[in-house]
Amino acid sequence: MPLAIRCANLFKRYEGRPPVDAVRGLDLAVEEGECFGLLGPNGAGKTTTIEILEGLLTATSGDVEVLGMRWGRDDQRIKQRIGISLQETKLADKLSVGETLELFRSFYNQGLEPEEVLRFVSLQDKSGTWVVKLSGGQRQRLAVACALVGDPQLLFLDEPTTGLDPQSRRELWEIIRDFRRRGRTVLLTTHYMDEAERLCDRVAIVDAGKVIALGTPRELIATLGGEHVIDFALAGDGRAPSVAPSQFAALPAVQSARCEADHYSLSVAEPHVALPALLAELSARGLELANLTTRHASLEDVFVQLAGRHLNEEDAPP
Amino acid sequence: MKRAAETNRRPLARHPLVQIVLSRVREFYREPEAVFWAYGFPMLMVVALGIAFRSQPDRPITVDVQSRPGAEAVVKALAEDERFVIHQGDLEECRLRLRMGRTDMVVIPGSESQPKYDYWFDRGRPESMLARNSVDDALQRAAGRTDPVPTAEREMAEPGGRYIDFLVPGLLGMSLMAGGLWGVGFVTVEMRIRKLLKRLLATPMRKSHFLAGVMTSRLLFMVPEVVVLLVFARLAFGVQNQGSVLSVIVLILLGAFSFAGIGLLVASRAKTLEAVSGLMNLVMLPMWILSGIFFSSERFPEVAQPFIHALPLTQLIEALRGVMLEGSSLVGQAGNVAALAAWGGVSFLVALRLFRWS
Repeated sequence: MPLAIRCANLFKRYEGRPPVDAVRGLDLAVEEGECFGLLGPNGAGKTTTIEILEGLLTATSGDVEVLGMRWGRDDQRIKQRIGISLQETKLADKLSVGETLELFRSFYNQGLEPEEVLRFVSLQDKSGTWVVKLSGGQRQRLAVACALVGDPQLLFLDEPTTGLDPQSRRELWEIIRDFRRRGRTVLLTTHYMDEAERLCDRVAIVDAGKVIALGTPRELIATLGGEHVIDFALAGDGRAPSVAPSQFAALPAVQSARCEADHYSLSVAEPHVALPALLAELSARGLELANLTTRHASLEDVFVQLAGRHLNEEDAPP
Repeated sequence: MKRAAETNRRPLARHPLVQIVLSRVREFYREPEAVFWAYGFPMLMVVALGIAFRSQPDRPITVDVQSRPGAEAVVKALAEDERFVIHQGDLEECRLRLRMGRTDMVVIPGSESQPKYDYWFDRGRPESMLARNSVDDALQRAAGRTDPVPTAEREMAEPGGRYIDFLVPGLLGMSLMAGGLWGVGFVTVEMRIRKLLKRLLATPMRKSHFLAGVMTSRLLFMVPEVVVLLVFARLAFGVQNQGSVLSVIVLILLGAFSFAGIGLLVASRAKTLEAVSGLMNLVMLPMWILSGIFFSSERFPEVAQPFIHALPLTQLIEALRGVMLEGSSLVGQAGNVAALAAWGGVSFLVALRLFRWS
């Protein structure tokens, strides 16, 4: 499979006091026609990485190839064939949607008609509306439309759904899936694990400027050893857990166990085997349950397993 | 090969430069405040200054006379001339009025038996000097002086010779400077803050197209601005152009181009509106003061003249006055024209190199 993006041993240092190493030896290989996600918490180096790949930043060191070309040598040719949506761009308030797209269209030698792109992102009725009058979701779709108007081979999206309501997020996902169905490549960054899971063919989990895990969402979840998770808490008014998690790891069908704050999480292959064993173990120890839930394992669990903390500390799942 | 063919077939409306200019023009005219400041403000300036400096052939001269023996004779002598507005008071009151600029001068009469006048005035104020001379004339004549040589007076009132005629090219230059610097500089920095420049950089847009587009749109905004100012000056004050209209247009376009280039240069690295405002003021202040907007820059000391002449606003205003007041041709202003063009061209090229896109 030919590669759309290849980068090896990428480093980026922002000079300052103290200097900040945003990217520390990152390798990526994105295949043509796939939707590839960089998943990681805020400050992991995702935006720095994607902006280096977009040609907006220069790497401190490392090797980058985009569509078989290199920044610094083929800039114009690369730019003609990629589409970009930055994390935050405020397009001109007082231009209409149609005028904005005409402007962006004029920069590309080849591309789509603005009306065509508007249909693609379901903004055909908004062509004459000023940007300032659009909702957040509509603005984000316009930003993506600006990225698509040059009919790119490769689409870069930096946090495309951050700050959007659930409805707008789903609409945007559908646009991205459509684009990928036409055989084009997408590289996106996100700190939402559900976005990476539902949208991406492959995901690289990034933390502290490095890729710490790589694979399809299914493969990554499989590394946990079980596709299910049992979360439970013991009665005792939030006192520190009295039992070491390793005690539960030995139970049948339990692959691993960890303890956070006030509850335990077990990675489990077969919940119908593990659950009775767990209940028996608890009653043998005279412990009482405060609550218990089972769910499918997610990329969030993979991240917690690898990094020892949650992706989004502020909106961590219960 | 196919790509090249596509480019050649691109209709004019799809040219990036055209699209950038169109976008800028649309944004500008959809911002009512910007339009007011660009077009209303210069007009208000002309009105205010035109009223303040309108020609007054018989400007009253205020003279204070100290109340003491002998004052009556002075008042009587001065009352012959209608220009004098006479005020009597004690010395302390007169002193205060002179100090505050309420009177132009103070006459202190001597004793009745032996006429003698003390003139108290301020050499730094032109109207004070004028009052001293006029009062002295009137008093000497009243005392019996006769002029050995007869004189006759003719007034300079032909178009092009009044202060307002002198002022309009100065205001025109000033407005081209302010419009170019603010119009280009502010907008550019705002686009940088909004990350719109960064977004544009991520497209295949050519940097030179963007910078040229911003400058060109500035030239277009200038047209109504300048027309408003000149038509208003013509209708309200009868200000006329002694030279060719084409020369004036060329100078205006050149001025707009140069100051748009300088605006681009000033804004090429600033990251905040505060920073760019400070830089703008720094660049404009010397020209406000030295370039002869309100009075001829030749009044500044000889040593400062080379510096003053190196300023683009001096060059622009001098060329505009040359054409509008003296009917000079562009060739006659070749030095100023070339220097001005160099300012614009060099600024544009340097800005292109220095420009920060994010």
